[in-house]
Amino acid sequence: MMLSDNLNTYLLVAVFLLIVGIFGMIQHRSFIGMLLSTELILSGAGLNFMAFNRFLSPNLAVGQIFTMFIMGIAAAEAAIGVSIILAVYRKYKTVDPDEVHDLRG
Amino acid sequence: MIFYRYIAEFMFFFFIFLTFAGALLAVRTRLLMHALLGLAVSFLGVAGLYFYLGSLFLSMMQILIYVGAICIVIAFGIMVGYTPEQLKEKKIAGKNLLLGVSAAVVVFSLLFVAIWRTVWVPAVTRVGDFSLAWLGQNLLYNYCLAFELISVVLLAAIVGAIILAGEGREEKVR
Repeated sequence: MMLSDNLNTYLLVAVFLLIVGIFGMIQHRSFIGMLLSTELILSGAGLNFMAFNRFLSPNLAVGQIFTMFIMGIAAAEAAIGVSIILAVYRKYKTVDPDEVHDLRG
Repeated sequence: MIFYRYIAEFMFFFFIFLTFAGALLAVRTRLLMHALLGLAVSFLGVAGLYFYLGSLFLSMMQILIYVGAICIVIAFGIMVGYTPEQLKEKKIAGKNLLLGVSAAVVVFSLLFVAIWRTVWVPAVTRVGDFSLAWLGQNLLYNYCLAFELISVVLLAAIVGAIILAGEGREEKVR
């Protein structure tokens, strides 16, 4: 049995993307690095939808449409994230997330 | 005939390798531009996996939107906002590394057990194919709310991004 024809292979690749994203989100020391990790997680979610669409779904278009939706959300999120990072950088003159702590009690 | 299937299987593992290596490069390197390059490589690998999942259109969209648009936006973010000495991240703290590894291991073990123990049952009736015509018909008739919603979300995001990024500028001009 070929591995490229098996649902579990794709699910494991998606899980790998998710855990690498979580790991990067925790250990990166800059806003841009955290944004990159978020994109990895979203990409893993899209891969999951495509895999379930190919092997299980009753209508073969649904998963593709939802993956396109995720792509649009990811593009919007990247644009908003970069502009927020620019605004924060202009106000605080730093890129370290630990130094932006005005709301800390 | 079986020979070509082995070549296809080899390419499948090549795409998985691209995905893994790019993702690891994106989180482990300290130069942000290298991390961005790793992200682009990882997206290319995922595009190849989409091809194996039957959808040529989605794999082209993945290359166009993720590699072409999102990576370029983030590259602009790196180049505009960061001074060269900040491009290198500070040394990664040991506590954060430990936290990250433990969180990753916990999530992986939970999801691995869940995937392993589930018996996946395909839907009884499966309609449609992977052609662009079927996708477009569904997108414009049954699922047109998603289609309209994504355009509104993108419009709001772009307007919001312009307003947010342009906020501090006007004071400087005056």
